[in-house]
Amino acid sequence: MFLQEATPDTSGYMIAGYAVAFIVMFLYVLSIYLRSRNLNQDLSLLEEMDKSSAQAEKIVRVQPKNSPATNGRKKAGKK
Amino acid sequence: MPARPTLLKILDAVAILMLGVATYFALVKAPTELVMGQVQRVFYFHIGTAWTALLGFLFASVLSVIYLITKNLKWDRYQVAAIEVSLVFFLITIMLGSIWAYPAWNTWWTWDPRLTTAAITELVYIAYFMLRQGIDDPDRRARFGAVYALLGGISAPITFFAIRLYRTIHPVVIAGTNPKAEGSFSMTPDMLNAMFVALIAFSVIFIDLYWNRIRLGHLQDKVEQLKLKVMM
Repeated sequence: MFLQEATPDTSGYMIAGYAVAFIVMFLYVLSIYLRSRNLNQDLSLLEEMDKSSAQAEKIVRVQPKNSPATNGRKKAGKK
Repeated sequence: MPARPTLLKILDAVAILMLGVATYFALVKAPTELVMGQVQRVFYFHIGTAWTALLGFLFASVLSVIYLITKNLKWDRYQVAAIEVSLVFFLITIMLGSIWAYPAWNTWWTWDPRLTTAAITELVYIAYFMLRQGIDDPDRRARFGAVYALLGGISAPITFFAIRLYRTIHPVVIAGTNPKAEGSFSMTPDMLNAMFVALIAFSVIFIDLYWNRIRLGHLQDKVEQLKLKVMM
């Protein structure tokens, strides 16, 4: 029993191991959060662009055939 | 993006709680191993992350088969999520193993069959994401990803059985012994409890991260579709 070696002090490695595990998990959770936030920003911007382009399309369709703008263009064409 | 479901919020809280419980069992409840000392405690997280990661890779293979049969992009999204979370967990496994190896084997890394197969598995799935990024067409990307994940899934059982099939210095702690192993130990009931708590905790954390990653994938697809619509 007296010849038995004492348990080595390896607590530094243990701390390093747990620190690595927690840091990697934290970074992954952070990456999910950041990617999700950026995508939400992109989504709202794209939705706004989609809405405005749909509105512009509607205005073009609603414009009557004999509107002053089209008449002016026709006249200019005749000249 | 739709609001987070209540069940996911509960799962988030349970995952954090389980991580705390697993840490408590590993650092406080489990006794100190006499030969290796405190560093043996990294074993609980090492085995918890390894188990869930390897199961995750196998699960991704099953999802690829479902995608190849149904051709529904939803299954591709599920597969990518499973591989990404597994990849992170397996990275933790390898890093913890390396930290344990230094005081036990006097080296951070050795080209032992288990370590080599583990490194190959990690690299196979890193390459999976790199290659996916090179394909623009979603259907082609999904088809390629499914075939790749199906073949890559073979590396998971090879890694698991490497210590049982080949001559290795990696300890076989569960279901078997290895006379050539360096740094092996027999587990007391308290150590077994800590190991099972870690296994349950990492399974819950995996499910939670997996669900969150699926939601992210859904959002990515939505943005991609809207981008195409606005550009046309």
